[in-house]
Amino acid sequence: MKWLRRPSFLGVWSGVVFAYMFTPILVVVLFSFNGTLNASGKWSQGRYNYRWDRFSFDPWANIGQYPALTKAFQRSVLIALTAVAISVVLGTLMSLALVKFRFAGKGFVNTLLVLPLTMPELVLGFALLNLFASAGVRRGYLTIIIAHVMFCVSYITTTVKARIRGFDWRLEEAAADLGATPLTTFRKITLPLIAPGIAAAALLTFALSLDDFIITYFNSGRVETFPVRIWTQKRSSIPPQLNVFASLILLVSLALSVGGLVLQTRRGRRALF
Amino acid sequence: MAATTAKPTQGDDGLRPASASTPWLLLLPGLVWLTLFFIIPLVQTGLKSLDDGGLSNYSKVFSDNGEVIIRTFIYALVVTVAAALIGYPLAYFIAMRSGRWKPVLLAAVVLPFFVTYLIRTLAWKILLYSDGPVAGILRSLGLLSKNGEILNTTPAVLGALLYNFLPFMVLPIFVSLDKIDRRLLEAAPDLYANGPTTFRKVTLPLSLPGVFAGSLLTFIPICGDFINAELLGSDKQRMIGNIFEKNFLKESLRPEMSALSFVLMLLILGGVLLYANILGTEELG
Repeated sequence: MKWLRRPSFLGVWSGVVFAYMFTPILVVVLFSFNGTLNASGKWSQGRYNYRWDRFSFDPWANIGQYPALTKAFQRSVLIALTAVAISVVLGTLMSLALVKFRFAGKGFVNTLLVLPLTMPELVLGFALLNLFASAGVRRGYLTIIIAHVMFCVSYITTTVKARIRGFDWRLEEAAADLGATPLTTFRKITLPLIAPGIAAAALLTFALSLDDFIITYFNSGRVETFPVRIWTQKRSSIPPQLNVFASLILLVSLALSVGGLVLQTRRGRRALF
Repeated sequence: MAATTAKPTQGDDGLRPASASTPWLLLLPGLVWLTLFFIIPLVQTGLKSLDDGGLSNYSKVFSDNGEVIIRTFIYALVVTVAAALIGYPLAYFIAMRSGRWKPVLLAAVVLPFFVTYLIRTLAWKILLYSDGPVAGILRSLGLLSKNGEILNTTPAVLGALLYNFLPFMVLPIFVSLDKIDRRLLEAAPDLYANGPTTFRKVTLPLSLPGVFAGSLLTFIPICGDFINAELLGSDKQRMIGNIFEKNFLKESLRPEMSALSFVLMLLILGGVLLYANILGTEELG
């Protein structure tokens, strides 16, 4: 912590930039404790949670006061789980093919995978809307999940690929030589090798899916995800429960990352000693 | 899996040759998905953009939205440059000077991602409100007149865009700085280079791939963003995305919107190629 005691230009600069990055987060969490519920069930700070009123645990205690918001949150979690499950399977298979084998057309596949990540969401979302509109597909759960899997597959494949490159795949052959069936080899050798990479990628894409707004907005029809609900509601009311949900997501993500970090260092130590 | 291969042969790169159709079988489901829901929609949008008026749709896009298109790209450029200038020293500090606090500081850069995008942008509304903290500070410093507003102005939109996309700039720059072989930095003074010269001749060139990647990750999504302009701006800050937000459900405007999305895509592609050319593509590999 030398840099704390003897401040340098770089240290001060970084401190200021971090303050810029953290202030809105502090505001989000702080305003989840803003205002009390009066006798008529309305928030003391009015319909918009923009001005500080008074500190209270009421928003957390009444987290479910806006059923549409709660429903939308649950829907988003469900959609994210489904989209991640599908894209983990598709993406892991693709990354195994790309890392383990040499074949003509590999460059093409790699380019195709990166392309969706190099386009604004707007273009992807609008193009999908065009497809669904002209094919007469009603927009809803199905189209949202299709859209999410489309961008999640690219993320999963790229992330898993980076994590499993350089593994010694001869272990699989060794297992086969020792009489393991292909299924046993996959279960006992391949899966444990690639599992940490998949878990990391799954967490990343879960967060992306949960937070996605633009692509979802174009393809959601009447099904409102959490971000879409916030968007449609922003003109009528912004209750503190919004901040409660956001703080919850922050808490869970923090717990998961700290847990993952601890698990990783433990495993690292065990491998060392 | 490979259990059936009697004699495993490996190439120089340790990878198995493509004697079998195995890789394509593994790729098939993902490729089908990407073809159906990425390639075909794009082709369809391209065709749709020529409906009703043919190429005149494109000239109509420019004459109707010229100002918004230019504004969008200026915003994206300004924010990208600002993010690079502000983010580089931070990335440098984390990579070179933070010691054992490196993982913690790195996690801190990612922390904003854990808060829903729309909600952290709404938080700026709280901060920038006419009787909010930022306006108060600026007024007491004499930088803002008594009735002056920050909300619904260009600085508010640019500031929020910068806030939302700064981590995308910092992370790739950090990665490229962190990868630099420290022995190169030790060799430079031995060859009589002073601090600034070492930075200019060694550190900066080696970190350019990170700056390049960070610029793309910042510039491209900003070009398609409408959330910041809608929540923190007025009609004078409208971006291309806001046109889509307003019109995406209007059946009759589909050809024009399709043309606009292609214009957006092509302009970005052109910009990226130009940028890669300026920075020198061979270095970016």
